[in-house]
Amino acid sequence: MQTAEYTKAEEASRGATVADQEGWTEVIEPRTRLLDLGLKDVWRYRDLVMLFVRRDFVSTYKQTVLGPIWFFIQPLLTTITYMIVFGGIAKIPTDGLPQLPFYLAGITIWNYFAQTLTATSTVFTANASIFGKVYFPRLTLPLSIVLSNLVRFGIQFGLFLAVWGYYLVREDSLHPNLYILLTPILLILMGLLSLGLGMIFSAMTTKYRDLAMLLTFGVQLFMYATPVIYPLSRLPLQYKFLILANPLSSIVEAFRYAFLGSGSFNWLYLSYSAAVTLVVLLVGTVVFNKVEKNFTDTV
Amino acid sequence: MSDIAIKVENLGKLYRLGEIGTGTLSNDLSRTWARFRGKEDPFAKIGETNDRTTKGTSDFVWSLKDVNFEVKQGEVLGIIGRNGAGKSTLLKILSKVTAPTIGSVKVRGRIASLLEVGTGFHPELTGRENIFLNGAILGMTKVEIRSKFDEIVDFSGIERYIDTPVKRYSSGMYVRLAFAVSAFLEPEILIVDEVLAVGDAEFQKKCLGRMKDVSDKDGRTVLFVSHNMAAIANLSNRICCFENGRLAKQGGVRECIDYYLKANSTKHNSDLTSFTLADPDFRFVNFEFVEVGLGNVFYTSNKIGFKYVYEVKQEAHGLRVGFDIIDNFENIIFRSFHDDLDKETSHFLPGLYESSGFIPANLLKDGAYIIRLKIGIHNVRWIIDEQIEFKINLAKIDSLNTNYNDERPGLTMPIINWTTKQIYNA
Repeated sequence: MQTAEYTKAEEASRGATVADQEGWTEVIEPRTRLLDLGLKDVWRYRDLVMLFVRRDFVSTYKQTVLGPIWFFIQPLLTTITYMIVFGGIAKIPTDGLPQLPFYLAGITIWNYFAQTLTATSTVFTANASIFGKVYFPRLTLPLSIVLSNLVRFGIQFGLFLAVWGYYLVREDSLHPNLYILLTPILLILMGLLSLGLGMIFSAMTTKYRDLAMLLTFGVQLFMYATPVIYPLSRLPLQYKFLILANPLSSIVEAFRYAFLGSGSFNWLYLSYSAAVTLVVLLVGTVVFNKVEKNFTDTV
Repeated sequence: MSDIAIKVENLGKLYRLGEIGTGTLSNDLSRTWARFRGKEDPFAKIGETNDRTTKGTSDFVWSLKDVNFEVKQGEVLGIIGRNGAGKSTLLKILSKVTAPTIGSVKVRGRIASLLEVGTGFHPELTGRENIFLNGAILGMTKVEIRSKFDEIVDFSGIERYIDTPVKRYSSGMYVRLAFAVSAFLEPEILIVDEVLAVGDAEFQKKCLGRMKDVSDKDGRTVLFVSHNMAAIANLSNRICCFENGRLAKQGGVRECIDYYLKANSTKHNSDLTSFTLADPDFRFVNFEFVEVGLGNVFYTSNKIGFKYVYEVKQEAHGLRVGFDIIDNFENIIFRSFHDDLDKETSHFLPGLYESSGFIPANLLKDGAYIIRLKIGIHNVRWIIDEQIEFKINLAKIDSLNTNYNDERPGLTMPIINWTTKQIYNA
């Protein structure tokens, strides 16, 4: 009997959570425990996460002539614009680094954060029609967004590496160091932070649509509160602590320091970022969990 | 271990009506504060039932209240009720799309729900890609889908277009593919909502057949919501009938369908109270159907009794009372008069009269009809020509062979006694 087998296996795996002696595999009730993430469920739906990632890629560049080349055009054009506006006209210093790798480094890692956050924050509203019809762990969607943006980052990072490599060989202005090994950790921090923030926003936008408006330009403004287009070292002292209170600052700064060799690296700042990330992620999951059960009624 | 697959206990869902969103921050805060202190929601007036036809006093409505029932393993439970009776809310709770306000549902086994076919289909992706995506959304793993892929494509019958983006599909192909994916889910409990109202007749038949397989052969538990009484009657073992958010009746198939049809028919002779006819010769008193129990819904397999009551004021020759039966397309299916068989009864002396009869069973097809009363004096004038009409509905439950569920073409649906013998053994 397949049924009996399944029920037994299911019982064994969930036995602890569903405290029911009669052998129910699932109990649907008004409220869940705050931190019940249902990660086991997400794992069972891991194929779905990968299919969502695939869907994102295929659907974005279908019927475009340039296709994936857009991945490169966007950061390149942004960088050139920044070089002209901030570097050329406003003459904001770059810590003595060539402008191209300086801006490109900032933009590459910032884009990862910004795109993940904006996409995650509309998860509920954008997918209301699917969510209203069928159950699957809601967490799969934000996770798939983080992953597909990671792939996108990977491609843009490749572009950055090419530019970086060129400057490394041709000029002597870059001084990469061993902190490069920290890159995965920086990325994980960045991903989790945007995931956490995105979950908070997505949960709140189901009720208050204003937040979606706020977010679109809020992210743009937030970039100026992060050392993306300027080095941390050139900040006046009275603003410096403000910028450092932003948990993204030390991540961006560490990334640039590792690859370009100028700027600063500070374990204390980085651990602060990690702590904030953890708190944001925690709050995000709690809010997300609370909303996912009933949001179809309000969205 | 008992054999109960789903146990619904005291289930209720409170919905908020009207605008949701702006200007509710203060309400939200006071509600949160009340909950924080362990008080009841200050904005919910408890006990308001869900009747969409009357305007309630509070902004909150119980779209489901005090619902208790159990479903045994392997049982097919039909769920019926008017629009807004709470069926969809129940299905949404069961499929975990939304959470209940109170009560609980205990489930044994994996649930898959088909509240809609083709959920998550992306127009830019090909049929093949969408099969995987949709399957995964419905809870299948990649391996499971791959093992069933050929069957799915075969069932949908669109093999040729499998690598074309679904946005280029006709709506029929789209639905076929969508249903095909759903049909090959293998959960212990399947929840189906009206998905059968799609596709052409041939495909609907295929879908119903597949549903029957799922319950009969595979022994899975199925919850099935539909307005199609024939499909419900054919598939279900048991029925729950919902009314205004409450479980009004549960039990046997025929019993519940009768109850539902009766409860939801409009009073067929209500419009007669306001009908007056100034005629020197004739006074119309009443026309009614004899089998009052079902209101204006009848089964094709039952005869439909009717009764005319009228007063003749002056002696009349050639007075005829009767009616036309008219279908949805304004075709007159037939006309009948009280004196069709009896020449004498068209001569009336003054007095009160009653004429009754019945429309034979197994004559009309299922569907909606209008009965238009016809009263006239032959070759002189119509007394009542087009003024009085009744709408009736005929439901097909067990008239034709119930192994087939497709729509029978034709204007009428008589049952003919066929005899089939084997002439020799091949």
